[in-house]
Amino acid sequence: MALEGSQLAIALVLVGGLHWFAVGMAGLAVPQSLFWIARILFPLGALGGLAVAAGGVVALPQEPAAAILPLGLPDLPFHVRVDALSAFFLVLLGIAAVGVSIFSAGYFRAGQGTAPGLLCVQYHVFLASMALVLVADDAYLFMVAWETMALSSYFLVTSNHRMPEIRRAGFIYLLIAHVGAVAILLSYGVLQAGQGDYVFSSMRAHAPQGAWASTAFVLALFGFGAKAGLLPLHVWLPEAHPAAPSPVSALMSGVMLKTAIYGLLRVTFDLLGAPQWWWGVLILVLGLLTAVFGAMFAAVQTDMKRLLAYSSIENIGVVLIAIGLATTFRAYSMPLLAALALTAALYHCINHALFKSLLFLATGSVLHSTKERNLGKLGGLVHSMPSVAFFALIGALAIAGVPPLNGFVSEWLLLQAFLATPSLPNSYLNMLIPLGAAALTLSAGLAGYVMVKFYGVIFLGQPREPALAHAHDAGWLERLGMAWLVAGCVALGLLPLKIVAILDPVNSLLLAQTLSETAGRSGWLFITVLAPERASYSPLIVFCGMLSVVAATFLAVRFRYGGRVRRSDPWDCGHPGLTPRMQDTAEGFGQPIKQIFEPMFRIERQLPTPFDERPVYRATADDHFWYWAYLPVARLTERVSRWIGVLQHGRISLYLLYSLATLVVLLLVVS
Amino acid sequence: MNAAIAIQLGQAVLVVLLAPLFAGWVNQCRAWLQNRRGPGMLQPYRVLRKLFHKDAVLAHRASFLFRATPYIRFGCMVLAAYIIPTLASGLPISPAADVIALVGIFALGRVFMALAAMDIGTAFGTMGARREMLVAFLAEPALLMVFFTPALISQSTSLSTIVHTLAYQPFVIHPGLAFAAIAFLMVLLAENARLPIDNPATHLELTMIHEALVLEYSARHLALMDWASNLKLLAYATMGLALFAPWGIARTIDGPSLWLALACLPVKLAVAGAALALLETLSAKLRIFRAPEFLAMAFLLAVLGLLTHVLLEGAA
Repeated sequence: MALEGSQLAIALVLVGGLHWFAVGMAGLAVPQSLFWIARILFPLGALGGLAVAAGGVVALPQEPAAAILPLGLPDLPFHVRVDALSAFFLVLLGIAAVGVSIFSAGYFRAGQGTAPGLLCVQYHVFLASMALVLVADDAYLFMVAWETMALSSYFLVTSNHRMPEIRRAGFIYLLIAHVGAVAILLSYGVLQAGQGDYVFSSMRAHAPQGAWASTAFVLALFGFGAKAGLLPLHVWLPEAHPAAPSPVSALMSGVMLKTAIYGLLRVTFDLLGAPQWWWGVLILVLGLLTAVFGAMFAAVQTDMKRLLAYSSIENIGVVLIAIGLATTFRAYSMPLLAALALTAALYHCINHALFKSLLFLATGSVLHSTKERNLGKLGGLVHSMPSVAFFALIGALAIAGVPPLNGFVSEWLLLQAFLATPSLPNSYLNMLIPLGAAALTLSAGLAGYVMVKFYGVIFLGQPREPALAHAHDAGWLERLGMAWLVAGCVALGLLPLKIVAILDPVNSLLLAQTLSETAGRSGWLFITVLAPERASYSPLIVFCGMLSVVAATFLAVRFRYGGRVRRSDPWDCGHPGLTPRMQDTAEGFGQPIKQIFEPMFRIERQLPTPFDERPVYRATADDHFWYWAYLPVARLTERVSRWIGVLQHGRISLYLLYSLATLVVLLLVVS
Repeated sequence: MNAAIAIQLGQAVLVVLLAPLFAGWVNQCRAWLQNRRGPGMLQPYRVLRKLFHKDAVLAHRASFLFRATPYIRFGCMVLAAYIIPTLASGLPISPAADVIALVGIFALGRVFMALAAMDIGTAFGTMGARREMLVAFLAEPALLMVFFTPALISQSTSLSTIVHTLAYQPFVIHPGLAFAAIAFLMVLLAENARLPIDNPATHLELTMIHEALVLEYSARHLALMDWASNLKLLAYATMGLALFAPWGIARTIDGPSLWLALACLPVKLAVAGAALALLETLSAKLRIFRAPEFLAMAFLLAVLGLLTHVLLEGAA
């Protein structure tokens, strides 16, 4: 039976999802067999990733295709639909899942909390539910998939549940996930506009107007923002990401945060009609705050996975900045500029999925080989783990946003979108938006700082602990998984025009405008914005130019002066007795940031006096939001529940009395 | 087209060869201003020659990153020499990278240098890396903001188009550019390890930034690092000239305008170098923790320039 393109896409995605589900369930067959789970099921799961990605690639240029699944409640079947927007995120999910699953095949070992079989179920259900979120075409299926995603990832986060701080992290995650889910549910409630029909097509047809539209938007922003780590709903992220096993952190950070971006785009650009200008400004401002905040906090972290979690907050901020600009441009009917900003957002989404997954996987390998997550006890791993060090170097450079890698391309597109803003008809916005560009560049600068710290402290220098001498490189499956993601980073960095052309159907779906025509005006080598003389960039030429200059210099120096090298002790200005403790620590690296942005942190220092026999130095930089927003709410909740607790005495007779009283009151009300 | 490629290559070779001379000129001016005789303008060439002839000494723990960094950093700076319109605008490679990409290329060189400094694991190296990144994370956004003002004026981030607009369109006074120029000067001082952020002539390790980063390098590696630093200084100078004094840069590739460009360039660079030396002579080094204030000032000025442009000249 020959399937038409769009039907084929749906079939591929559903097969991929079902495959994940089946693989997960197969894990229960022999739940203790590591060979069965790791060596057979996880590579099979990678195939599911390929199917989903292939489905996405097929679906991107096609017309949307819908289907009704004979599942769900009797009167409420599940509607699924694949359009360009979901297709793009399916590609992202598939590509990241392939790399992470291959890595996991070599990563999961026995004796770490949850049994391997259970872990396999949770992991694959998590993947399948993310795919389902992306294809859901009614609020009912969406929420079911969304909750499945939240729950399966909760179990994955708490897989080391014997540690109390991990249980605590899981609890915070679950709590905020559900606060967000309630907001999303309410948003869908507003969106159905009294129709009683929760299918997206009917919501699209009866988009609410005016204040109701804004209500739905704000609720959606809150709900999806909670999942994405938007300020001030970010507190779960730095707790949950480090707690989870590294491949799971990679998926959560690389892909799950993007499902929230998907949801926001779906509601703002698709289900709601024309946006109001302040929606875009709201997203933009929150995005800027999130980006700068994330970068600042990443710079002072001492736990490598926590550092990456804060860096994820920063990157989500960058994506939201781009979405905010796109929404603003759309509100002023400037589709070409909106397409530029939206492209930057999508590009950054897939970039972040690649490089953040890569770095989380690298920390996983480091963690396995050294049993250490604390930056203060790592160092010098470039010698004992050369391939991981190389992969992590590519990831770190990509995330630092230097050409010719992929992080730079999305940053470039976004800055170009900022530079196009003075054509907005609102003069206040024209004045304020340059400040936004300033904040964005600041967070980009900080990202470079963070990555030098991350890479330098873990992989370079002298090992800070003697045990690190026994560190070993990652196994071949782990390396293969990371190499896949590295290849993605390089490809996305060098071929931006190709990628823009691939994701252009999303622009034409959401904005009825394509970008690839204006982006490709100077030929396939260049990516241009609006016009070739306005701005163009060619990573391939930059890369080849760099390569040729470096090669020519190397050869010239080698032939002219020879390559003689003498090894000796480090010079270090003649100071003898160099010890690993003389290097900068992670705290040392964070210290200037703490000093410059002191009011942003809640800093507690415990300084030793000079006469201390056993001096202790301790400094923590905490998050103000925790103390300003969350603890008061928690205290209030506790107080209220204590008041309610007065009612409870545990005596049957009292409870019977309560029932009687309720009955009497109700009867009075009725009569 | 062939002529254009030849000019492109010629410009890059000229910049690469001239870079040590410019550094020597600045040092010589400084010496004169300080009532010293100075080593002469050709001293940087002599130093490079000496270094290239020596055998490299590497620390035991030096990894591939340490050995690759001098070449990569040198490559970055040579690439910048290709991109910045020094003699002529509209050269074949200029569409490959605009000002944002240029900032990115500088960042690439810097990240590698900082990582290489951390590679051996010495106290001074890591301290230098941290300080360098501290200066950079404030200077880089400031530099981008500096570029945004002319980019908005000319509706383009391509340096060639900016030069075209500023040099060959009817002359207009852009007040925003004045702020941008001051901010650029401050960024130039900070990024090139000049006073008041860093002292290029320091011998005291604790006050070093740039020198601390290259402490472990020797021989050809150090030569490349030094040459790259010279190139960076010259690249910033030519970038500043292209943005704020673009007159004389050839817009078409023909004999007279190229000769004019070739005649203008040394004069402009000589004046710029002397001004830089004067500025450095008049200022004292800041404590490292005053450096962020200095750079924040540059950043604010650049943003102010941008705002001034948007306010006064509005939507173009």
